[in-house]
Amino acid sequence: MSAVGEAASLALDLIVHADAALVRTVALSFAVSGTACLCAAWLGLAGGAWLAAARFPGQRAVLLVLDTLLALPSVVVGLAVYLLLSRSGPLGDWGILFTPTAMVIAQTILALPVIAALARQLVADALREGGEQLRSLGAGTFARAALMLLHERWAVVTLLLIAFGRAIAEVGAVMIVGGNIDGYTRVMTTTIALETSKGDLPLALALGIVLLAVVALLNVLVAFVPRGHAVAVAEWR
Amino acid sequence: MAVNGKRLRAVPGGDAAAGDATSEAASAAVGAGAPLVQLRGAGVSYGTVRALAPIDFDVGRGEVIALVGANGSGKTTLLRVLHGVLGHEGTRRTGVAALRQAMVFQRPFLLRLSVWSNLRIALWLAERAMPAEERHARAGQALARVGLDALAARPARALSGGEQQRLALARAWATRPELLLLDEPTASLDPDAKTAVEKLLAGFAADGTTIVFSTHDLGQARRLATRIVHLDAGRIDLDAPAREFFDSAAARRRDGLFADGALP
Repeated sequence: MSAVGEAASLALDLIVHADAALVRTVALSFAVSGTACLCAAWLGLAGGAWLAAARFPGQRAVLLVLDTLLALPSVVVGLAVYLLLSRSGPLGDWGILFTPTAMVIAQTILALPVIAALARQLVADALREGGEQLRSLGAGTFARAALMLLHERWAVVTLLLIAFGRAIAEVGAVMIVGGNIDGYTRVMTTTIALETSKGDLPLALALGIVLLAVVALLNVLVAFVPRGHAVAVAEWR
Repeated sequence: MAVNGKRLRAVPGGDAAAGDATSEAASAAVGAGAPLVQLRGAGVSYGTVRALAPIDFDVGRGEVIALVGANGSGKTTLLRVLHGVLGHEGTRRTGVAALRQAMVFQRPFLLRLSVWSNLRIALWLAERAMPAEERHARAGQALARVGLDALAARPARALSGGEQQRLALARAWATRPELLLLDEPTASLDPDAKTAVEKLLAGFAADGTTIVFSTHDLGQARRLATRIVHLDAGRIDLDAPAREFFDSAAARRRDGLFADGALP
């Protein structure tokens, strides 16, 4: 059996027997990325929807910055958060560098522009169709933004899945601010990077398979959520 | 032509007559006995296109006004100015301090929620302080009035075109508007749905609701309106009580402007 084949066989064995280290790493990945997406969702959905409904001076500049942040490199975010949280940094007193909390902060910053930009576009499109009607009914800026998020709730689920996919597959930021500490801040992506560099391919491959499965599952959900909604609506006709 | 003892006419066009006030800035109450809505020098331009020449226009309490004219003649723009949702030149004043008004758009926008939720949300937006029991009661009354009470749990967007239009009317009527504005409320509806909507509008008018609606259907204008206004290229071309509108020589000359066969 080739080295790759042997590694794949060992990887499947780790998955099938729910290896403790594997499970711990996967669980931490979900916890960190899920928490980060929840935090980013609160800020991003509210901010993005408000940006679509409000009109204020300098709005174009804000939108330009938001769109630019979509392409924010994760290592740059990691570096910025590291500088903020390091002992000599402005938030060094918090003492949270190399903890899962620091990883959540970094991934929140990464997911926030994705959620905000997509939510803004979503609400802006909906407002083009029904914004005047809502204004006519007496809805102010916040009410219009909130109602359009409710109106497009299935698309909101989709964009949250996209943001979660970006967060859980990210490696640069969590490596820098988490430190990749075994059993404490080691997540799937950082473990894959480390184990590959050590030549321990089975664990890296097993985590790679899990990560691929997660991304594939997210893609399936993204594809099926709106369709499920359409079917539900069609059944009423 | 006389309307409410007063001659109404289009103000000659031209930017010289234009102010720069927006509808919100210029809106104010003009006191008891005054028209429900009073426009003075109200004009609208979209870029270089003049959608509505500066006009003077009054909406009297209890009137049912039909706005007729070709596509692009300014009917929808005038409705939006009357509603106060469109910035414009000149002034817009209302006869009461807080005019209760509602507008039904040509393609009503309904949230992807149930029929019931759409009504409840509209009532919440119209009057945040309304007790939940009253909101519940009003929503039920409105649905019963338009004959959709059996469909309350349905997704609003799964309704047929005619049902959606009736829901939009229920949503507007539930807020107890003094002024109801409708933009081609029966466009693209089949004859049965059109008749149902017309009956509802006649009922609202009989209850004392002031109505302004746009239509391409002169027969509908004759059946429903007490006053008909013909708009042409953003100007008021003719403004007359319904019976005089059809009797007048001017109107006869203009018959060719309207859809043939629209009259019964």
